[in-house]
Amino acid sequence: MSALSNWSWDYDGWIVLAGILCAVAASLPGNFLLLRRMSLLGDAISHAILPGLAVAFLITGSRSSLPMFLGAVIVGLLTAVFTEWIRNFGEVDEGASMGVVFTTLFALGLVMIVQAADHVDLDPGCVLYGSLETTTFDMVNVAGTEIPRVVLVLAAVTVINLVVVVLFFKELKLSAFDPALATTCGISARLMHYLLMIIVAVTAVASFESVGNILVVAMFVVPPATAFLLTERLRSMIIVSALIAAVSATLGHVSALVVPSWFGYRSTSTSGMMALCAGILFFAVSLFAPQHGVLIRILRRQRLSRRILSEDLIALLYRMDERKSGVVASIDQLRAALLSGGLMSSLLMKQHARKGHVIATANGYQLTDSGRRLGAELVRSHRLWEQYLVSEGGVAVDRIHGQAEQLEHFTGRELRDRLQQETSAPVLDPHGSPIPPE
Amino acid sequence: MRTLAALHSFLAFAASSLTDRSIRWPTWPEWQRVLLLQDYNTRVVMLGTMLLGLAAGMVGSFTLLRRRALMGDALSHATLPGVGLAFLIAPSLGLAEKSLPVLLTGAALSGIAGVIAILYVRNLTRLKEDAALGIVLSVFFGAGIAILSIAQQSVGHSAGLESFIYGKPASMIESDRLLIGCSGVLTLLIMGVLFKELTLLCFDEGFAKSRGYPVLLLDLVLMGLVVIVTIIGLQAVGLVLMIALLVIPAAASRFWTQNLKQMILISAAIGGAGGFLGAAMSALFRNLPAGAMIVLVCSSLFFISMMFGTERGVVVRALRRRDLNRSVDHQHLLRGMFELQESRGPKAGIPFSELQTLRSWSSHRLLKEIERCRRKGLVFRNSDQKLCLTSSGLVEASRLVHEHRLWELYLITHADVAPGRVDQSADAIEHVLEPELIAQLEELLLQKRRVQGIAPSPHPVDATEHAS
Amino acid sequence: MSGSIAQPPNNTLPLSVRDLTVAWYRKPVIWDVGLDVTPGQLVGVIGPNGAGKSTFLKAIMDLVPRASGRIEIFGQSYKRSRHRVGYVPQRESVDWDFPVSVLDVVTMGLYGKIGWCMPVRRHHREAALRALERVGIGEFANRQISQLSGGQQQRTFLARALVQDADLYLMDEPFAAVDAATEKAIVQILREMKQAGKTTIVIHHDLHTVPEYFDSVVLLNMRVVASGPTETVFTRDNLEKTYGGRLTLLDEATEAMRRRERTL
Repeated sequence: MSALSNWSWDYDGWIVLAGILCAVAASLPGNFLLLRRMSLLGDAISHAILPGLAVAFLITGSRSSLPMFLGAVIVGLLTAVFTEWIRNFGEVDEGASMGVVFTTLFALGLVMIVQAADHVDLDPGCVLYGSLETTTFDMVNVAGTEIPRVVLVLAAVTVINLVVVVLFFKELKLSAFDPALATTCGISARLMHYLLMIIVAVTAVASFESVGNILVVAMFVVPPATAFLLTERLRSMIIVSALIAAVSATLGHVSALVVPSWFGYRSTSTSGMMALCAGILFFAVSLFAPQHGVLIRILRRQRLSRRILSEDLIALLYRMDERKSGVVASIDQLRAALLSGGLMSSLLMKQHARKGHVIATANGYQLTDSGRRLGAELVRSHRLWEQYLVSEGGVAVDRIHGQAEQLEHFTGRELRDRLQQETSAPVLDPHGSPIPPE
Repeated sequence: MRTLAALHSFLAFAASSLTDRSIRWPTWPEWQRVLLLQDYNTRVVMLGTMLLGLAAGMVGSFTLLRRRALMGDALSHATLPGVGLAFLIAPSLGLAEKSLPVLLTGAALSGIAGVIAILYVRNLTRLKEDAALGIVLSVFFGAGIAILSIAQQSVGHSAGLESFIYGKPASMIESDRLLIGCSGVLTLLIMGVLFKELTLLCFDEGFAKSRGYPVLLLDLVLMGLVVIVTIIGLQAVGLVLMIALLVIPAAASRFWTQNLKQMILISAAIGGAGGFLGAAMSALFRNLPAGAMIVLVCSSLFFISMMFGTERGVVVRALRRRDLNRSVDHQHLLRGMFELQESRGPKAGIPFSELQTLRSWSSHRLLKEIERCRRKGLVFRNSDQKLCLTSSGLVEASRLVHEHRLWELYLITHADVAPGRVDQSADAIEHVLEPELIAQLEELLLQKRRVQGIAPSPHPVDATEHAS
Repeated sequence: MSGSIAQPPNNTLPLSVRDLTVAWYRKPVIWDVGLDVTPGQLVGVIGPNGAGKSTFLKAIMDLVPRASGRIEIFGQSYKRSRHRVGYVPQRESVDWDFPVSVLDVVTMGLYGKIGWCMPVRRHHREAALRALERVGIGEFANRQISQLSGGQQQRTFLARALVQDADLYLMDEPFAAVDAATEKAIVQILREMKQAGKTTIVIHHDLHTVPEYFDSVVLLNMRVVASGPTETVFTRDNLEKTYGGRLTLLDEATEAMRRRERTL
């Protein structure tokens, strides 16, 4: 970790703080953008503000940041307004209208810049992508402490966003979930839309000016998306997204220092690494999230199909045993009847043998008493369901087996008793097979 | 702050240079040279960007219909880390770091990784399309910037790489155009072969799946096409403006047609024209960057299409709506007057106030319609300011009433097919329905008239009509 | 051609529609529709696919532009009386992955009353919970909405409409793809609402159940074929005019009528 030996709280601390503030400020409105399926709007706005910056300067001739800030925010808002117009008047798909507007504005900005910058060998990259590394170059004295201007600006934006989100939580939520209802409730969905657009534009411009646009575009989308996979309530989603944003910002700066050193390079772009870290966090969460994680879901599905197969094996053995008591069935017989894989079936039968449900003999497997009890329960569920489907559901007899086959695996003692009651305790199922007693 | 400082110094310069320089209008020979492709360099650039516009316009049509217009946005950003890595790795493979094939291979590989990432997020998590695009866009772009920033250290400068973000069509050489040409032809071929399947995918994914089409594979092919077009476009117009070529021509062509084949052709034409004209303007006027000009030409074409497109343009739709409202008013007025006169005799005039209660129209709207009918000679005001139908008005009104009753009869007798075909605003029922069908309806109407002795509208609640 | 369910006694009818014509791309979707609905009715709107049923509801709420016509809700424009209108949209119209609980969704019906920037208080949540219990899914109050079955989702919407405490309800196919138990529960609630003097207009598909569920029906096929009390309007003749000669449907309807006669 030699790359961290130069860590200085006066320098790196401020950078991390600026990154965190930018990330949190962006992730707050980002949640609503995500839920309204407008995740790309942040990207669109941060590209589109280019002509705003140029025009504001050319009109006022002032170098102070305020006119530029206002110009950019106005153009950012116009992006949203134009997108809305083209969508409504032209009946163009939202994504497409966004694409038309922001690329046009960006091109316009580029023309203005290049038009004017005849002899300057200007790299627009440093205009657009900014850099967090220069955070501490511009310090402001506040109450005796030297604080980077960037941190002050971003802190103000974070507070504004926080206030808006808390104050209008209910309205933002409703107009994202069901705009039609919002309008009937007297909460204008359009008004909320533009309120959201204002804070998105302010955040984009403030961050653009100080830390470049990669970070803010990523933080509009990625932390809310990560939080969406982890939570089931909007409130917790917003809190978690802010936390994730802060963590990725911190990790981002550290890895910007550390990772390149592994390959013998000096540190790299901090905001780029912050975006990348957020992406890595997202990927990890998408795999391992407890409820909606991809791996968890695959595992869950596999465990379920294993359980079902294991139960099917015992039920099959029970049915064979019903016809001929003490029957011994080989694994191949069982497999052929269930059309299942050989390896999995024999593994599961060995498991049953270990649990004492069956005894392994030279010719195959034989049910024990405990196995017979287990089989009886399953077969009882199956046949009760069949009876229920015929007598209560009015399903044709030739179509009940498949449904009962699925239901039997999810039927406990209590449900069986209720089935028994509702079907008035039958002895035989619709096919004429006996229903085993409990 | 460096960012602002750079912007400030640049803008200060911009301001000063704007004041002392005006855009010079090119001379006639210059126009000729550029537009007739006499100059070799200009020719390469203009034909190259035109080809690019054609290809992007075609691919863009499909992504637009798939409601994924901004996929180009995400995928073009996704190529950046590949470019950076190729730049870093190339020297160790003994190749020049800026060799185009290496950079493009890198771009293609990371573009494909982007495609996979989009499909992963969209298909395996519960996030929606836009989030998938947004995540891939920002994370890949962040990674790209991080890698490029390292690459800058190792080589000292990466000036060539900037053109991947902003584009430098002027640097296009013959081999580039060949590359663009080949890729364009390849895209065209793939789209030609898979036209039917891609159409189905865009139109109804669920149906395609149910018919056993490999939807995932088709999706991959479509995104692959986007990657190809994007990569060849990176050099020419750059990353951000490449998005424009994928979105704008396709969105513009929607205003001209509802037919997919035509839409693709129009979109290709708009993209091609944008590429050609944009590059031409950049060659003619100093200091107009070609990439941005291409986009601006395309978006001008878009706005023209949006306003004046013959199928869904704003003007056409507004006119249509106005015509419809007028035709509804026209029918209401004449039919209402006809039916009132039927019961009162032809000479009786109808006071304005009565007409107004006949329907729920504002007096303004009614007055305007009366004025239109008066000008056409269909109605006149008699001496005590009541309204009467003229003889030609009577003919027109009875035609409308007759047609209206035919429509109603059709709706009742053919209720199962009718809703899709009824078009009361059509000039005449003959334009919509077959002659035999109309003859049948006429016969029915006559029968009813004979049975009931009058010519009623054929539905029971009609007795209360206009009672309110 | 105003098919009137009852002659208007005064101008405070829950819904009064005159000459409504709505068109997409020149083609009329509904055409000269007129309708008066008296208070306290449970009205079924039925008609074939493409007959403009949903468009009719949307036009009432000014969600689609109309070529002609006037709509009054309690004697006023929709805009001025929208707080008295509750809309139950089709289930697919919202994103069920949205991170809110069932209780949250029901509470949303109260947002208009709670007012701008005011937080949701406990008594609001209690009211929402009561509504949920009334529709029979109180135990799911804290679930995320994607974990509900189709029928439960529909009940959630219904509970939300209940807390809204509107006077006129517009429901777009509340019975679409719900289980039998839910259908029964919804009908029960609709009847209770009727007893409380609410007016409800329901788009309905299943001809079988029309005579059983609704006091009045509107047969819609681009225009109002007939409207009025179910007994007099829901006839084979009118159905034929609405649905054309599609035999299976007619048989279904005839069967339904026969059942109705038996129960009378």
